[in-house]
Amino acid sequence: MRVWYFSEMAYHPAWEEGLKRGSLRVVLPNGQFDPQVGHQLLNRYLDEFAYADEVGLDIMVNEHHSTVTCLTASVPMALAIIARETKTARLLSLGNPIANRPDPVRVAEEMAWIDVLSGGRLEMGLVKGAPYEIAPANSNPARLMRRYWEAHDLILKALSNTDGPFNWEGEYFHYRNVNIWPRPLQQPTPPVWMTGLSVDTGKLAAERGHVVATLLYGSVAKPMFEAYRKRASELGWTAGPDRLAYAAVIGVGHTRAEGLRRADQIAGYVRTAPVVLEPFTNPPGYNSVGANVAMLKAGPNAKPPTKDREGNTVDFTKASIEQLMACDAAFAGTPDDVYAQIKDFNERVGGFGHLLFFGQGGFLDHADTKENLRLFAKEVLPRLRDLNPEAKRATTAAAE
Amino acid sequence: MRSKVSISGVDLEIVEKGAGRPLLFLHAGDGLWPERPWLDKLSETHRVIAPYHPGYGASTLPDWFGSVDDLAYLYLDLAEHLQLKDAVLVGACFGGWVAAEMMVRSGARFSHLVLADPVGIKVRGRDDRDIADMHGMVQAEVMKLAWADPAKGEVDYTKLPETELAQIVRGREALALYGWKPYMHSPRLKRWLHRIDRPTMLLWGDQDRIVDLTYAEGWRAEIPGAKLEVIAGAGHYPHWEQPNEFAKRVAAFAAT
Repeated sequence: MRVWYFSEMAYHPAWEEGLKRGSLRVVLPNGQFDPQVGHQLLNRYLDEFAYADEVGLDIMVNEHHSTVTCLTASVPMALAIIARETKTARLLSLGNPIANRPDPVRVAEEMAWIDVLSGGRLEMGLVKGAPYEIAPANSNPARLMRRYWEAHDLILKALSNTDGPFNWEGEYFHYRNVNIWPRPLQQPTPPVWMTGLSVDTGKLAAERGHVVATLLYGSVAKPMFEAYRKRASELGWTAGPDRLAYAAVIGVGHTRAEGLRRADQIAGYVRTAPVVLEPFTNPPGYNSVGANVAMLKAGPNAKPPTKDREGNTVDFTKASIEQLMACDAAFAGTPDDVYAQIKDFNERVGGFGHLLFFGQGGFLDHADTKENLRLFAKEVLPRLRDLNPEAKRATTAAAE
Repeated sequence: MRSKVSISGVDLEIVEKGAGRPLLFLHAGDGLWPERPWLDKLSETHRVIAPYHPGYGASTLPDWFGSVDDLAYLYLDLAEHLQLKDAVLVGACFGGWVAAEMMVRSGARFSHLVLADPVGIKVRGRDDRDIADMHGMVQAEVMKLAWADPAKGEVDYTKLPETELAQIVRGREALALYGWKPYMHSPRLKRWLHRIDRPTMLLWGDQDRIVDLTYAEGWRAEIPGAKLEVIAGAGHYPHWEQPNEFAKRVAAFAAT
């Protein structure tokens, strides 16, 4: 198993104000952001990414827009810095919300540039993006996935094509001379990842052999991973754990109480992230007809229930760390505890190869964040490496 | 009477009521809601023909179809298919935008145009929001802006059958497809409104705060000879909120 440290570079000083106003996204005025505090935080967060590399973790960066929960406004910008500050970590962009990007060729250029710069360490996530990303991008939620797949196909062709400009006149994107410089170091493209919460996403990722990642809901991961393996098998190949990824909050401590406290502080992110003004949570066309019918049928005040392993309903905005652990949204405790929890989860979902380590979520301070990473890397990571040993893969590293 | 007709590759579901001079009614973004009284009222004086826009009701939405231009050509084809002559064209809200796009192309089959609280043009500056962002506020807020009496517009969705809910959901997605960006208007339509060469009435709810009377004036100024009439006690959907008055004004105007 590989483990990827990530942090959304939260701006927690304004969380309370956002909660008071009922939305941490889209409509919270950026007057609530103090650039001097932001300066300190951004530099601190980048130091923590660099530290993750020092202790032997891989690195993941994501992006959100117009939000107090995540200051990373651009994955390629953050990864470009991290690529220079790290030596061995593989660098996962998870990722570019390509249905919200007007210029997919620009995405291909940026990804190729980071791949070349980092010596072929890039893993490239092409994601649908969360529903509340529609408003900041003002992209049309209708036929979003049709636009996604056209952008996906164009980006992969732009990265892998080596014999001169090609023409692209599709439904959404139009170019007459696609010919990116530089082209990526990993051929034909860096490994591709997708994200999602549904069985359908699992199937679609399997059809292309991409890695699929899901997060925070153990109950979602299992059917999605099963759908992936089944689809791969129907198509004549065996999907190993290296095709499947799961993101969770992780808090490790010298004592169980310390591990839980760290996880609890990181989980502040999980509790605040869903607090969004209602219309931005479900733009028309983003969710399926069936899901929307169920929501209308349930009435305006119904919340979609999240269930823990025992079938109890959990409200993520108010959940205790123990409740989040019961949903497999968090792994926490001593190194032995955390290893046992991950091993158990791994067995229950049929094996997964990438753990996305939510290791900073706002109020966990710099010293605690570093200690959480250090302890995890020293005591848990070596055991996880043996849990689902990675299949030898053909990556093209830069020449020494 | 409901029927299906295939026009230019789209299977359109059409509701027809009444007899006499034809009246083509293009529904609001909110949907046709044919069981509501306005079509009945209009049908007392006219043969009302009311298609569900592609994506709404049982009308299909082919992959290639997706703009208000497409809708305008589709309904011009429908008018030809039905051999309409001296018909009254009525468009409400989003349907008003479609009706205007038809008339700048050809008014040959129509004698009168009625636009009720239409969206579709840009009137003021780039920093000004002419059309309230109905997708950026909670439903209760939309209702307050769209209705003189929001209670009249309440729909209890939990009571509707799932087949109907599915149609409503598909309609919402279709509206986004047609009008998300630029938001509910065509930047160039205003420049072609001078081509409308049929008597035109703008009917406006006096309480409409989705598109207000300043915006109405923007339309009136661009359509040659257009007149603006205001319906009291109505918001963005005067046909729904004041169906009797709405039908009366349309019939009176069509008789001129």
